[in-house]
Amino acid sequence: MGTITGRRAAYERARKRRSTVVATVSSLAVVTAIVVLVPKMPRWDRVHESFFNGERFANSLPRLLDAFVLDIKIFAWSMPAIVALALLVAITRNSRSAALFPLRILTIAYTDIMRGVPIILWIYLIGFGVPGLGIDRPWNSPLIWGSVALVLTYASYIAEVFRAGIESVHESQRAAARSLGLSSWQTMRHIVLPQAIRRVIPPLMNDMVSLQKDVALVSLIGPIEILRQAGIDKSKFANFTPYIAAAAVFLLITIPLTRTTDWLIERERRRTTGTRIS
Amino acid sequence: MSAAKISLRGVRKSFGTHSVLNGIDIDIAEGTVVSLIGPSGSGKSTLLRCINLLEPIDDGEILLDGIDISLPGFDANPVRRRIGMVFQNFNLFPHMSVQDNITLSPVRTLGVDKAIARAKAAELLERFGLADKINAFPDQLSGGQQQRVAIIRALAIEPEVLLLDEITSSLDPELVGEVLDVVRELKTSGMTLVLATHEMGFARDISDLVCVLDGGHIIEQGLPGQVFSAPQSERAQQFLERIIRAGRL
Ligand SMILES: Nc1ncnc2c1ncn2[C@@H]1O[C@H](COP(=O)(O)OP(=O)(O)OP(=O)(O)O)[C@@H](O)[C@H]1O
Ligand SMILES: [Mg+2]
Repeated sequence: MGTITGRRAAYERARKRRSTVVATVSSLAVVTAIVVLVPKMPRWDRVHESFFNGERFANSLPRLLDAFVLDIKIFAWSMPAIVALALLVAITRNSRSAALFPLRILTIAYTDIMRGVPIILWIYLIGFGVPGLGIDRPWNSPLIWGSVALVLTYASYIAEVFRAGIESVHESQRAAARSLGLSSWQTMRHIVLPQAIRRVIPPLMNDMVSLQKDVALVSLIGPIEILRQAGIDKSKFANFTPYIAAAAVFLLITIPLTRTTDWLIERERRRTTGTRIS
Repeated sequence: MSAAKISLRGVRKSFGTHSVLNGIDIDIAEGTVVSLIGPSGSGKSTLLRCINLLEPIDDGEILLDGIDISLPGFDANPVRRRIGMVFQNFNLFPHMSVQDNITLSPVRTLGVDKAIARAKAAELLERFGLADKINAFPDQLSGGQQQRVAIIRALAIEPEVLLLDEITSSLDPELVGEVLDVVRELKTSGMTLVLATHEMGFARDISDLVCVLDGGHIIEQGLPGQVFSAPQSERAQQFLERIIRAGRL
């Protein structure tokens, strides 16, 4: 009794132990190679001095973190707007109602135009162009219009992600929902969207990580956020280390973001299927 | 014949140039069981989908209690709440628990109180031997269990008519028995049932009316005893002979 599970468990344990050893040894080998070999390069000393200067790092970091608050703010107010607009566009494009035909054409034009032009151009065009129309303070701030440019471009990318998700939900799910008397909006809201969004969470998070980085582009039209601050420090001390510090700050945010998503996806999968095919 | 719950009059349906239903006439009396049989591709599923207004028909009438529900522009949602449908592939909502699958429509479309809907779902699950699955997700259930949940989900809106599309075709014989028992129980409770099926023995036992479809025509229609033992049309005879030779009757 219990011998089969016991044998199975022992086998799994041994296998797990062995793969841990293999993973550790191979990681150590790679890290050692880098740590030992890179400093042997002829110009390492100069690179070390101008990119990995501990003193400059410590000196810049507090200023960079201060400036990073603005990045987080731009991200925080742009993201909900992006998701809302993208959903609206995706749902409109997917709707089958004849009354929405003009809107559908409009959304197609919108996505084509926004996606076809580099973000940086939109930030210049909208960020400088709209305040240039002579709007009064505080509505002429490049911060606002730079964010608007980010929202409009990112919403057009993410609308396509949502649309792919919506179209991946099988027609039979809609049929089942309609046969239960749900309206087409209720079907979208309760059946199609929840499944669609779950499916596109990985590409969505990918875009969120990009957004977190592209927020720095707003600095091109004025606001001093982390990248701009790093540039200022770089010029002042003629040292590139502030950029490395800024990169570290970005990673501080983006890595936990992606790890959390993976964890959420895994938890959801476990909850609804309770199994995993290896 | 005016007492018919559902009457189909000259129903025609085509997909592009491919005409799938070529003038279907059936009268379904209240509280009876009507079976649609016939070869694969004969139009059984399409007919059920038309009755449920999932497919618009090109010509003809579908009368529910004497009212033509197939008129273009007729509000389909209230009608669908009176006509439940169970699909061949279950079509449960994978992102919702069994309980939510069942209570979704009562709560959202009929405005039933959530607690009441849940109590009723629990009661139906109990009745069909699935009480312990109330919080499970569809992917965690066996085929037969999923099929029963699909039936319960359709029953939860208390439809007057239930359309069942080959609800046993993807089940093993033991599960087929389980699900057919459920259908028998529904018949006893007096519900009007229309079923597309390949279970000939079952159709013979349970039906009040059997319709044989072929190429979008009804080639034979009558009491099960008559249709199965003495079919009038030649094509119906051939179809039933094939069935008998295949050992399915
Ligand atoms: N959405 C569709 N578009 C085009 N043709 C379709 C569509 N749905 C069904 N058909 C065609 O209509 C015909 C009837 O299909 P239907 O599904 O009603 O057959 P069936 O009698 O239910 O067959 P089975 O016993 O295999 O389930 C088939 O020839 C099929 O190819
Ligand atoms: Mg079919």
